[in-house]
Amino acid sequence: MAGHEGKNVKIHVSHLKKNFDKLEVLKDISIDIHEGEVLVIIGPSGSGKSTFLRCLNLLEEVTSGEVVVDGAVITDKKTDINKVRERVGMVFQHFNLFQNMNVLRNLTLAPVDLKKASKEQARDNALEMLRKVGMEDKKDAYPAQLSGGQKQRVAIARALCMHPDIMLFDEPTSALDPEMVGEVLQVMKQLASDGMTMVIVTHEIGFAREVADRVIFMDGGYIIEEGTPKEIFSNPKEPRTIDFLNKVL
Amino acid sequence: MARIMTDYGPLLLRAMGQTCLLALWGLFFACILGMFFGLLSVLKNKACNLIAQLFVDIIRGVPMIVLAYFIYFGVPYGLNTLAGAKVTLSALQAGTICLALNCGAYMAEIIRAGIQSVDIGQMEAARSLGLPYWRAMQRVVLPQAIRTMIPSIINQFIITLKDTSILSVIGFPELVNTAKNVVANTFMSFQTWIIVAIMYLIVITALAKLAKVLERRLNRGRA
Repeated sequence: MAGHEGKNVKIHVSHLKKNFDKLEVLKDISIDIHEGEVLVIIGPSGSGKSTFLRCLNLLEEVTSGEVVVDGAVITDKKTDINKVRERVGMVFQHFNLFQNMNVLRNLTLAPVDLKKASKEQARDNALEMLRKVGMEDKKDAYPAQLSGGQKQRVAIARALCMHPDIMLFDEPTSALDPEMVGEVLQVMKQLASDGMTMVIVTHEIGFAREVADRVIFMDGGYIIEEGTPKEIFSNPKEPRTIDFLNKVL
Repeated sequence: MARIMTDYGPLLLRAMGQTCLLALWGLFFACILGMFFGLLSVLKNKACNLIAQLFVDIIRGVPMIVLAYFIYFGVPYGLNTLAGAKVTLSALQAGTICLALNCGAYMAEIIRAGIQSVDIGQMEAARSLGLPYWRAMQRVVLPQAIRTMIPSIINQFIITLKDTSILSVIGFPELVNTAKNVVANTFMSFQTWIIVAIMYLIVITALAKLAKVLERRLNRGRA
């Protein structure tokens, strides 16, 4: 696990279960994610990987079990989830840029509204983040005027504007045309090398192999296997992992 | 026709003014009611949803003329005999309540549908940044919802303006009620009703034009 084990636990999940009505999507998930770690989650569709990710910032209500983020027990009703979410950025498959605002306003809305920064600070910070993802020249564009890859880079910048110390990625390249996948992965790679704690649901096996510190394979609501990218991709042990990798590689 | 215009023109114009006044008051409160029940129906709370649904179903299920009689005659009588409270409503007050309830129910449905037409991802993205629910609603979801609602809302305004004519039954001196009196005095029903129809047509066409301008302005500069 690439030397992250000794570090602080950023996200602690124990015996997490999630039902949608009668359907059990997550059956019993326990895992610790450490500071600076890049964790990649793979698995067939319907395996619960996106649901698991969405439980980490409570976009999905948890049925039972405990999720602790940065010391805050978010499964406890008394915890102010909004405060925790400020420190946990999320990037969505379908970008979800605010359609009624230009790029700059997308980036400054939350910091200004939540009084994290003055308008000027937020603007300067937003421009810096846009520079980071190479989207500075589109600051006045509306989301509808951007390509998929551009939208996703703006979405990453938007999340970064809150200065999160954890970033969640929910299939960030799945809705992109193939030629735009690279530019988004490039930005994510940069983030990883800056030491960001990242949890990524993806089908990009090549990216996982290169960037992940640890890979978990999920199926049927369980974590079936976990290990370094080398262990999982080159030497998988569980039959279901082998079967899945045979299909996608 | 010319006689009606010269003798009763000012009276009919004043009645049109009353019609517009009643419609404006009704719409004003209908917007508040519609917003309230519309938001209630999108909350993640079964009780709130049920209350909103009940309001809409009841109002939609009762003809407005019944509602008007009930509010103007029924409610004061009921309060008087059952609770001993002396309440009288003016025709304007009763008419306003009646229009507000009726139009409010339809507005609630328009607002609910408008909010639900905004991709759920917009709310999720806003929440994931730490914005509280109402803040996200106000900053992100509602501005997008309103754009899709505008045509239906204007349409509802026009219907409500026309529905004021129903309130002639409780004696409010709006256009239809006044026109009835004119006909009673002159027996010139053909000419009078044509004039009244044209008056409605002019006001409603103006409203529809205004709606088009507003719609175009809202959509300007947006891809």
